[in-house]
Amino acid sequence: MTRHYSALSVFKEGLNSQKGWQKAWRSPEPKKRYDVIVVGGGGHGLATAYYLAKNHGIRNVAVIERGWIGGGNTGRNTTVVRSNYFFPQSVALYDLSLKLFEKLSSELNYNIMLSQRGMLSLAHSMPEMEMAARSANAMQINGVDAELLSRDQVRELLPLYNFSKESRYPVHGAVIQRRAGTARHDAVAWGYARAADRFGVDIIQNCEVQDFIQNGGICCGVRTTKGEILADRVGVAVAGHSSQMAERAGFRLPVVSYALQACVSEPVKPALDTVVLSPATGTYVSQSDKGEMVVGGGLDRIPSYSQRGNLPVLETAIAGLLEMFPSFRQLKLMRQWSGIVDVVPDSSPILDETPLPGLFINCGWGTGGFKAIPAGGTLLAHLLATGRHHDISRPFGLDRFSSGRLIDEAAGSGITH
Amino acid sequence: MQLFPCPFCGPRSEAEFHFGGDAGNVRPDEDEVSADRWSSYLYMRHNQKGMSPSIWMHMTCGELFQLDRDTLTHSVAGSKALTEGGHR
Ligand SMILES: Cc1cc2nc3c(=O)[nH]c(=O)nc-3n(C[C@H](O)[C@H](O)[C@H](O)COP(=O)(O)OP(=O)(O)OC[C@H]3O[C@@H](n4cnc5c(N)ncnc54)[C@H](O)[C@@H]3O)c2cc1C
Ligand SMILES: [Zn+2]
Repeated sequence: MTRHYSALSVFKEGLNSQKGWQKAWRSPEPKKRYDVIVVGGGGHGLATAYYLAKNHGIRNVAVIERGWIGGGNTGRNTTVVRSNYFFPQSVALYDLSLKLFEKLSSELNYNIMLSQRGMLSLAHSMPEMEMAARSANAMQINGVDAELLSRDQVRELLPLYNFSKESRYPVHGAVIQRRAGTARHDAVAWGYARAADRFGVDIIQNCEVQDFIQNGGICCGVRTTKGEILADRVGVAVAGHSSQMAERAGFRLPVVSYALQACVSEPVKPALDTVVLSPATGTYVSQSDKGEMVVGGGLDRIPSYSQRGNLPVLETAIAGLLEMFPSFRQLKLMRQWSGIVDVVPDSSPILDETPLPGLFINCGWGTGGFKAIPAGGTLLAHLLATGRHHDISRPFGLDRFSSGRLIDEAAGSGITH
Repeated sequence: MQLFPCPFCGPRSEAEFHFGGDAGNVRPDEDEVSADRWSSYLYMRHNQKGMSPSIWMHMTCGELFQLDRDTLTHSVAGSKALTEGGHR
């Protein structure tokens, strides 16, 4: 039986006709009772279960997923990881995440294919260049690696960009975070699932949570399509479906669900070795390890629970891409899809105990929570295990909406992903 | 592209419209409004999955109106001016 992944085990299994590989995780039936139940088998839910076991020694845990793990936004995103935010609270959160990502492959014994190829946020005018300098300064003060690049430096990194005189989006410079990059999304979900399963966590797929069991005003379990399951504490990490869960528990959230789209081209030879974002066009692009151009744009500004995008937004993203990289006109699009993202007025996440005691939530990552999976899991696990905030999650509580202490990253860093 | 019905201009492209929140979310006008009540008015949303009565602006004519649309199927049941049907 081969459990550990290594060069040696690949070699041995080669001699053994690949017959010894084990399933990466079990598919158990739910028990009657757990210490903690995590609702939602996306990256945040799976990471929460893993850190409950690893950091807090709580192993009697179930992750309950309606469909298949990673089938939500975790398996639909464009895989950009970075920590170049504006406010110190956000930087503490996202840089914790990036640091955890940097050692995740070896920690999980699962290759998440982290590729720190750098990310460029372009500036297309002199005023944008001044804003870029402001954000690079803010990042440096927060201790994040950020550099301001001149037009010539950008040209060296992006030879295919449209630097002609007629360019609709001329480049004046850019901010680069060199530690930013991409990671393989499915591998993050699967790696956490496999490592959590090793600790004894039950991963239960095809099981929908329909309601919460309450006793004396306290949450003490869930009603699912596979029956009732009791727990001391319940954590919810269901992204675009957070408001549905909140309604069941008797409160509302400052969340609106929208579709966010992405698409990929046919695979081509290596042509782009960084991630590029143009805040002006709203378009961003990177090349996957398979060679596909992975392209994303802005939100569909129409509330939606249907996992398909609308055409005008896709057109805008593609139009922006072709203005930036005219040679990409030759590419054919292979696939287009969307995920339902949970958008909060200040574009910052929510991590807190909810108005229903015993029920905790991790949501509001909106268009940018893939990069936050290791931190979101660490912090929700901390809340579930101790009942108290970690210093890093405290600013992201629900009380900020009545105290007015919003962490407005949409206004601060002007970037949505 | 989907067409939305503006009660003033008729069917127009979805790109001309801006979402403005839940219908029936009335601005508190008591003398003393608690922070929680304000926060609830400003930020908390039903975010229904399914039929959802909501306020929209048709940016082309600038009018606000109520649109009843299904957030899962994207079908539209109808729209009406805010002056109809007892809106405040
Ligand atoms: C097109 C697109 C591009 C993106 N690009 C980026 C990017 O480049 N970088 C970045 O950092 N972020 C990006 N994001 C955002 C990122 O994908 C999400 O913020 C992140 O994946 C959220 O993870 P999650 O675990 O919270 O949610 P999900 O992965 O959506 O997991 C939630 C799970 O909960 C399950 N669930 C829902 N209701 C129930 C229920 N009642 N019972 C049981 N299970 C339930 C769902 O089936 C789902 O599997 C992008 C998103 C999209 C859609
Ligand atoms: Zn109109």
